[in-house]
Amino acid sequence: MLSKKRKAYITAMKTAMYISVGLTAALVIFLVLFVFFKGIPHISRELLFTKPSYTSGRIGILPDVLNTLYIVLATLILVIPLGVGAAIYLTEYAQNKKIVGMIEYAAETLSGIPSIIYGLVGMLFFCQFLGFKTSLLAGSMTLVIMNLPTIMRTTQESLKTVPQSYRDGAFGLGAGKWRVIRTVVLPGCVDGVITGCILSVGRILGESAALLFTAGFAHALNGIVEGLASPGATLTVALYVYAKEQGEFGVAFAIAAILMILTLLINLSAVLVSKHFAKKRKL
Amino acid sequence: MKKNKIVERAVHGVFLILGLLTLGCVLLITVYLIISGIPAIKEIGLFDFLFGTRWASTAEEPSYGILPFILTSIYGTAGAIVIGVPIGFFSAVYLSKFAAPKIKGFMENAVSLLAGIPSVVYGLVGMLVLVPGIRTLFDIPDGASLAAAIIVLAIMILPSIIKVSMTALEAVPKEYEDASLALGATPVETCFRVSVPAAKSGIAAAVVLGVGRAIGEAMAVMMVSGNVPNMPSLFQSVRFLTTAVASEMSYSSGLQQQALFSIALVLFLFIMLINAVLNFFLKKENC
Repeated sequence: MLSKKRKAYITAMKTAMYISVGLTAALVIFLVLFVFFKGIPHISRELLFTKPSYTSGRIGILPDVLNTLYIVLATLILVIPLGVGAAIYLTEYAQNKKIVGMIEYAAETLSGIPSIIYGLVGMLFFCQFLGFKTSLLAGSMTLVIMNLPTIMRTTQESLKTVPQSYRDGAFGLGAGKWRVIRTVVLPGCVDGVITGCILSVGRILGESAALLFTAGFAHALNGIVEGLASPGATLTVALYVYAKEQGEFGVAFAIAAILMILTLLINLSAVLVSKHFAKKRKL
Repeated sequence: MKKNKIVERAVHGVFLILGLLTLGCVLLITVYLIISGIPAIKEIGLFDFLFGTRWASTAEEPSYGILPFILTSIYGTAGAIVIGVPIGFFSAVYLSKFAAPKIKGFMENAVSLLAGIPSVVYGLVGMLVLVPGIRTLFDIPDGASLAAAIIVLAIMILPSIIKVSMTALEAVPKEYEDASLALGATPVETCFRVSVPAAKSGIAAAVVLGVGRAIGEAMAVMMVSGNVPNMPSLFQSVRFLTTAVASEMSYSSGLQQQALFSIALVLFLFIMLINAVLNFFLKKENC
């Protein structure tokens, strides 16, 4: 038989657990429903496919959608080679344990730095020192630094699963190191790069503080080349400006609903991709 | 043969540079923050800057004391930890040790969603739900306050706390638990008296990670905290270290702008300290 004291302890702990999980679940459900309920009625074709017009007072978010797209593309194109290269150096070349430790510590430090500091340094370095001015390109450069550790880590993880015997086999056949990397190692890191890209896209979509001073908050409708060279707001920055500075809560919630849908999609694809790769690895 | 060697060398060099890139970025950020942050501290005086209680950057006789921001950031983070950690901890224990697979799967997705929601969305919901709620509930003129910021931060650190604690709890060897069960402890007792102590450095790492997230958050806090440089008090508008930088950056110049860089430097030092603590716990966990 359990003593009274033990029974009370067990009941207390169980209650605490049920309340906590219940609260967390309720919170998520409330957030999703609240944002959809407030936002979806404001999503219209006009909102999605026009730009803001001051003469008619209409608000359209097409420029913000495009800016987000440009920034995601530019950041990924820049960050993938850099991150993959860094991972390859760590797993294939680096022999000095101290250097590896230092690089990994640096990557951890980078992922802990708040985005507002990235924004500040990005503004000083890319916008002012390198002369990019406030532009989407400066914004995506800043995001490259932020996402570098993510791509590096996921690529590293997948490179670790490439069996050492493959490399040895290739070396045994007389291939040089570069050839081994090209033919054996690189194909093995596709999983990691895809996972890293999904994580990075999520992070870029949600980023606002780092972009406020590097990419600015203009709503001009541009093509990709022109767009990257000029300032522009992404969806998150536009949400902030519409809610905080202009009091346009309808538009803000419409953007929030769109962001929520995108976040759901990204999470879903992350789950599907990891399941797919887990299956592939088992075969 | 010779050509091959040159190619190999060149490739090695390229990868070396890429490998050192993260190191370079950290150095770049550190150097830039120190170079741009020091001048204002020198001009204002370290003591007056850190412990001055009045921030009036645009006044006729400007005063640059950031103690209100530092204290607000510390109180805000502490509040978020006090609310967020118990909820996150008990959720993590339940999900990793007791939940049925279906519930666990659902909740894991829910927590990932919570982690993925952009901070401005939290800010927006906070602005329209928490701020008016606090205003009517406590009958104060403006609900944009430290209390609202604490609640938003507590929600935002939940996913990191739950995820990292769950990983630590799931890594506890099954033998520990089996031994405890065999000795007659109930599952709940086993979990809290055996598994949790065994995973304590991982859980500590989760808390430290939460501290880092909370102290670095800018946009969500900016939208709900009212953004007035008061000394912190629960039901007053306050300004955090992060929001102090964000709110004046766009129009600042001269000494005011340099002072903002100094604030960023202070924030950066806080973060570096937290990183060092986090690393300490993570290393312990891996041993």
